[in-house]
Amino acid sequence: MSYLNIKKVAIRGVSVCVPREIEEEIESPTFESKKAAADFIASTGIERHRIAPKGVTASDLGVAAAEKLIADLGWDKSTIDCLLFATQTPDYILPATSCIMQDRLGLSNECYTLDISLGCSGWVYGMSVVCSLISANGFRRGILICGDTLSRTNSRRDKTSWPLFSDATSVTAVEFDENAKEIYFNFGTDGSGWKAIYIPEGGYRNLFNERSLDYEQIDPGVCKNKLHGIMDGMDVFSFSISRAPKSLKKLAEYYSLDLQNTDYLLLHQANRIIDDKIASKLKIDLNKVPYSLKDFGNTSGASIPMTMVNNIREGLSTRHLKLVGCGFGVGLSWGSVYFETDKICCPNLIEY
Amino acid sequence: MELNEFIKNVADQFDETDASEITATTAFHNLDEYSSLIALSIMSMVDDEYDVQLKGDDMRGAVTVEDLFNIVKSKI
Repeated sequence: MSYLNIKKVAIRGVSVCVPREIEEEIESPTFESKKAAADFIASTGIERHRIAPKGVTASDLGVAAAEKLIADLGWDKSTIDCLLFATQTPDYILPATSCIMQDRLGLSNECYTLDISLGCSGWVYGMSVVCSLISANGFRRGILICGDTLSRTNSRRDKTSWPLFSDATSVTAVEFDENAKEIYFNFGTDGSGWKAIYIPEGGYRNLFNERSLDYEQIDPGVCKNKLHGIMDGMDVFSFSISRAPKSLKKLAEYYSLDLQNTDYLLLHQANRIIDDKIASKLKIDLNKVPYSLKDFGNTSGASIPMTMVNNIREGLSTRHLKLVGCGFGVGLSWGSVYFETDKICCPNLIEY
Repeated sequence: MELNEFIKNVADQFDETDASEITATTAFHNLDEYSSLIALSIMSMVDDEYDVQLKGDDMRGAVTVEDLFNIVKSKI
């Protein structure tokens, strides 16, 4: 049984930073023709994606998003007792990027820092960790930084992955609050499916070697090297449309929630076919399922906060909202969360 | 789980291909209309109707509709 019930933690703000460079799918040389690009757009719902400039990492985007959010919240940096960074594109193999970010953000030397290696489910898992730490009643405030630069892990010559992914990093600020509404989680893992999304070389199972950078034509329109991500789209599809709705149903059942009664269902932005299918299985009115896919593609772990900032920013800033989210993907790993927000700090999308 | 019903469910995922063209022995990958999107529709139908999660390898490995039927049946 993988449920968590978090008490006394309030979400105070969320921000997202994206790089300025935009690639329009319809003009992308990754596709062999305009027709192929149009077919991709029709099925995935993704029209454009963002690419970080050379040398810019997910943590650079995260530092920019964190500086803005902390300033807008008016938080004294010495009151931030923990910083978590959920990413699969860290700055270095070591040290943990969260350590470097503690210094860059000017947080206290008494700050607790931790990297979490998860992708599309990373925000939900990261939230469970930061909220648990704050709920334990010692730390006052915490920030979860979550995002990736997947443009670094995919081949420009791979039409099945390059156009899907977009670079972004989010920051979520939480605080100890005796009166906060409870936050509920459900989690799951199926490691037997790990090969559905993976990078073959460059880790310690298969070291970087003299052949790692050799490109190989795998299928028409799919050419990549051993440091690029491999994805079995059919495995991912099958996993997502089954596990995500089941996890959300389990969460609702266990905590007696009515999913129809929430303001929004925030799905990891995988692609339009997958997300539409999940929403229809849950019989949720599509007006309650915002999509940031069109302009920002699949932003990995940042996708739930991305949709919050891009689609429902006004509601978050001005009203009390009941929200339910689900992250699912690489691992295979998934998690669902129910949380409420009350007029939180939500700056406009930041561009780097 | 019944073969004729499964064949009909598979045929329903095609728009332009006449249902009469799809039988137990049809090598569905060779149908003109078959595409990665149709493959996803079939996987989605199998999940809805039989609560079975097919893998990409299952779809690629099955030659005929009956092969796919047998894979689904073995996973129920």
